[in-house]
Amino acid sequence: MNSAKTRFDFFTVSHLTRIGNLSASTLAELLTGLEQCSDASIFHHTFQTLSSHHFLTEGFSNDFAQWVLADANRDALAEQLAALDIRDYPSIAALREDLCRVVRTFCEQHPEYARQSALERFFFCESVEVTVPFGFAAANLDEFREGIVRLSHASFFFHFISSRLRLQLRTNDFSHWLANGLGLMALAENINRIDIYTNTLDSARAKLLRLLDRERRKHDPSADGQPHSAR
Amino acid sequence: MTPVQMASRIPLADYAAVIGAAELDELRALARPLHGRTVTMVNSTAVGGGVAEILNRLVPLTEELGLRIRWDVMTGGDDFFEVTKAFHNALHGSPYHPEPRHFDVFRAYTDLNLHRLSLDSEFVVIHDPQPAALVSARKQSSAHWIWRCHIDLSHPDPAVWEFLEPYVSKYDGAIFSSPEFARQLSIPQYLFHPAIDPLSEKNRDLPPEFVAEVLSRYQIDPLRPILTQISRFDRLKDPVGVIRAYRIVKRYFDCQLVLAGGGASDDPEGAEVLKEVRHAAAGDADIKVLELPVWAPLEVNALQRASTIVIQKSLREGFGLTVSEALWKRKPVVASAVGGIPTQVIHKHTGLLAHSVEGTAYQIRFLLSHPEIAIRLGERGHDHVKENFLITQKLKRYLTLFLMLTRSSRA
Repeated sequence: MNSAKTRFDFFTVSHLTRIGNLSASTLAELLTGLEQCSDASIFHHTFQTLSSHHFLTEGFSNDFAQWVLADANRDALAEQLAALDIRDYPSIAALREDLCRVVRTFCEQHPEYARQSALERFFFCESVEVTVPFGFAAANLDEFREGIVRLSHASFFFHFISSRLRLQLRTNDFSHWLANGLGLMALAENINRIDIYTNTLDSARAKLLRLLDRERRKHDPSADGQPHSAR
Repeated sequence: MTPVQMASRIPLADYAAVIGAAELDELRALARPLHGRTVTMVNSTAVGGGVAEILNRLVPLTEELGLRIRWDVMTGGDDFFEVTKAFHNALHGSPYHPEPRHFDVFRAYTDLNLHRLSLDSEFVVIHDPQPAALVSARKQSSAHWIWRCHIDLSHPDPAVWEFLEPYVSKYDGAIFSSPEFARQLSIPQYLFHPAIDPLSEKNRDLPPEFVAEVLSRYQIDPLRPILTQISRFDRLKDPVGVIRAYRIVKRYFDCQLVLAGGGASDDPEGAEVLKEVRHAAAGDADIKVLELPVWAPLEVNALQRASTIVIQKSLREGFGLTVSEALWKRKPVVASAVGGIPTQVIHKHTGLLAHSVEGTAYQIRFLLSHPEIAIRLGERGHDHVKENFLITQKLKRYLTLFLMLTRSSRA
């Protein structure tokens, strides 16, 4: 089995939610907030909320879309906001730009709705990220599989989704290491295609493990779900 | 001075069955850099009330993770607690006309406790307004002081807030249960959702025989739909509104209503509300109005588990943790969109929100007509609580806060 020169270090992450000073009770105020809030706030209401609501696979995408749907009662706008896929954005600035564009266009087209009061206010919050080494690492596919199994939800999300912002690439830590560390380009690409909006983190992880097992069987036809060390 | 002795200890490992081994490993990983660090939690009561309940669980779990944590209780005479109760209500927005002697009483007991308590830990977490002024003891050291405010400060009485605010601004940060409850402060404010303990008597799994026995005791028919609201007999919980919603539903479904709660025997207003509720329920044997003892966790647990739908039709609410209790038991919930409820009930995902009696009735009818949707909402609700509102999550937030403070002071 191939070994990578650089080991994959598994980290875990935890987020504190910091309450901001901005809030919105209309779509116009939401737009102002989107323009003025910090990057940590955009991250919190998109990336971080997807992590803490990963089990909702039927239309929940981000806090802005949910507020527009449930409190501002604008289904069409909510749908547009929910359709923004965070994996398409290697930077918060690009994501903010699109969020603002969608809300601004709606407000321009429907000025009568822009200043209508919502049922409840939207409060802008921020995520403060704290990372800690999980205490294990991988140098080959077996160890990598073992590490994936041991990850918490937050850690899995950190490596699989929010890593895109860190890497500033349209890929994730896992695919990046598999491609660059082990040279497994096709596997890396297939893993990057797993849809996190229609999967929970558990089902996304199960798909990833199946892909890893398929790859391991190519190298060792006797390989089952358990890596050698756990057999 | 003796720290509070914990009433019960549930080992951290027992939570693996609930949240999974990986999540426990994560807690251990977060705690590792904090091993041996000292923490003091201070509140104003060792028994009774939600804060004491949560500290009873949180403190032993934190200790098991290797932090040296102690829990101290502020002491005071009747005069102190009369003043702080008035402060509490005033901070919630009730009209209040404080006299200078009230502030003197507050200061005097703060001084008394400053001599009694040793507040020399690296992290000091002060819960609620009663001990808030203990921050006066803060020395120029690297210790981190945090104020955990469990109450809604969005519309406080100006005089009381003006008195407290200078103390609050001396902390390194404040923690609130909802962004709505926070205020514009000069210090960072963090959001910590309240949490339930899945292994407590109120939330742990129960044998079906016990649930059946509780239903039989209160003459509730297990074969017909049961709608339940668990809450104090308080006008802000709108129990009469729940009866009105039930009567609309009753036109279409042969259902029963259970209104169960405590707090009426020692609260004149509660007794008055209970009377109104009994009057509104008169003549309908399918409405059960149950005045439970102050602490009847197993009965509450059984009633929630036996329910077809759980209602929380509050007019105003703090966080409304009874909603999380119901969601944890995989119950479909119909609730008002007030206070912390929409955080728990994500409309059409983890339950249904309503804004009126008629809306509440409609959502109940919808769920009774579509049991498959009710089941799905209950399942998603359970997942939501597991991910966000369990005591292990709360523990994780405290560890994260301590780590963040440690790293920021190092930087």
